[in-house]
Amino acid sequence: MEKVDVRGLSCPMPVIRVKKLIDKGSKEINVVGTSQVSKENVSKLAASNGFALKIIRDGKDEWEVELSK
Amino acid sequence: MDYRKWFVLGAGLLVGAIAVVLVKLGNPANMGFCIACFERDIAGALGLHRAGVVQYIRPEILGIVLGGLITSMFAGEFKARGGSSTLVRFALGMFMMIGALVFLGCPLRDILRVAGGDFNAIVGLIGFIAGVGAGVYFLRGGFNLGKAEYSHSNAGGYIIPLLVALLLFLLLKGTVFNPDAGGPIFFSKEGPGSMAAPIAISLLAGLVVGFLSQRTRLCLSGGIRDFILIRENYLLLGFIGIFVGALVLNFAFGFFKPGFADQPVAHTMHIWNFLGLFLVGLTATLLGGCPLRQLVLSSEGDLDAGAVIFGMIFGAAIAHNFMFAASGAGVGIYGQIACVVGIIFVGWIGWSYKEV
Repeated sequence: MEKVDVRGLSCPMPVIRVKKLIDKGSKEINVVGTSQVSKENVSKLAASNGFALKIIRDGKDEWEVELSK
Repeated sequence: MDYRKWFVLGAGLLVGAIAVVLVKLGNPANMGFCIACFERDIAGALGLHRAGVVQYIRPEILGIVLGGLITSMFAGEFKARGGSSTLVRFALGMFMMIGALVFLGCPLRDILRVAGGDFNAIVGLIGFIAGVGAGVYFLRGGFNLGKAEYSHSNAGGYIIPLLVALLLFLLLKGTVFNPDAGGPIFFSKEGPGSMAAPIAISLLAGLVVGFLSQRTRLCLSGGIRDFILIRENYLLLGFIGIFVGALVLNFAFGFFKPGFADQPVAHTMHIWNFLGLFLVGLTATLLGGCPLRQLVLSSEGDLDAGAVIFGMIFGAAIAHNFMFAASGAGVGIYGQIACVVGIIFVGWIGWSYKEV
């Protein structure tokens, strides 16, 4: 399980960070972030790359998801 | 296509259509909305520059901020946060405005101009796409302005909305502090600044666009960026929606006039139309959003986006005082120099802020 921390990063940095891991061939990625926008964008990226998304935490100020393939 | 994509497409169609209705009701041609031009008009209304033809407190801007504020509060997304290279963002905002005033419009107005048949705006659009592409090059290379943090207080998030409330008061009240010289606010008596739809309608239009933009995260540079970067077309659909919505109503009202020459509030210097929006596209991509997106973010507590807005207003003031801004006659030598300096400066920032 690769871990990536995108807390506080503005658009489109969270997506770029996750995409780098996907391009490297990671099959399981854990992502923590803060804004709702970045959560939506990471979810869209996961869907378009055929990853299943599991929401671990979905707080107002912080979220955590797991991508797996 | 999932429902979110339909929603952003519909939002775009509505924004484009509203823009043309605003022109019908009095706004300058192909300028139903222009975030850069309208912030420039506000800078002029506050006396920060003395270009008498572009001074007005544009209610559309006020509406977008208030609409974004209310929507983000209901969505639980209003949160003060900041601290990501704030002064750098201020400087980038300044150059983003200079680029927009060399072209004569922000990316939103560019697409509205294209939908009005202005071929100069197609040249600008190509420059914009190239600029976003250059920004993506920096993003891929590891560009990052740093993390923002949530503040322990939301108070800072109200600065921009409170400023907007003050502007709304000044607009409605028309207060004059200095009977001899005029002021504190100045309104154009002629030129684009004097052309405006009724205040209530402009304000309402802004509120609707603020709501739609907050919900859909509508962003013109983001549309092209996401498509280049990850082949994601969500934001691009909003972009296309604006174009189609405006195009249809432009035909319906007989506003569509194809050509390069004699376009409203536009010039035909191709190189500078290209480079002006190149600078805007590059800067917007490094900032994470176009002028519209920055305005909406500033309304929901993003203090860094607020710094971009202040940078843009400052940029508008110096663009007119230093003769950088273009006119229908074209771009002067100072504007050409400022545009090139801007591209070099923003490129330097893009290169310098690479993370290893």
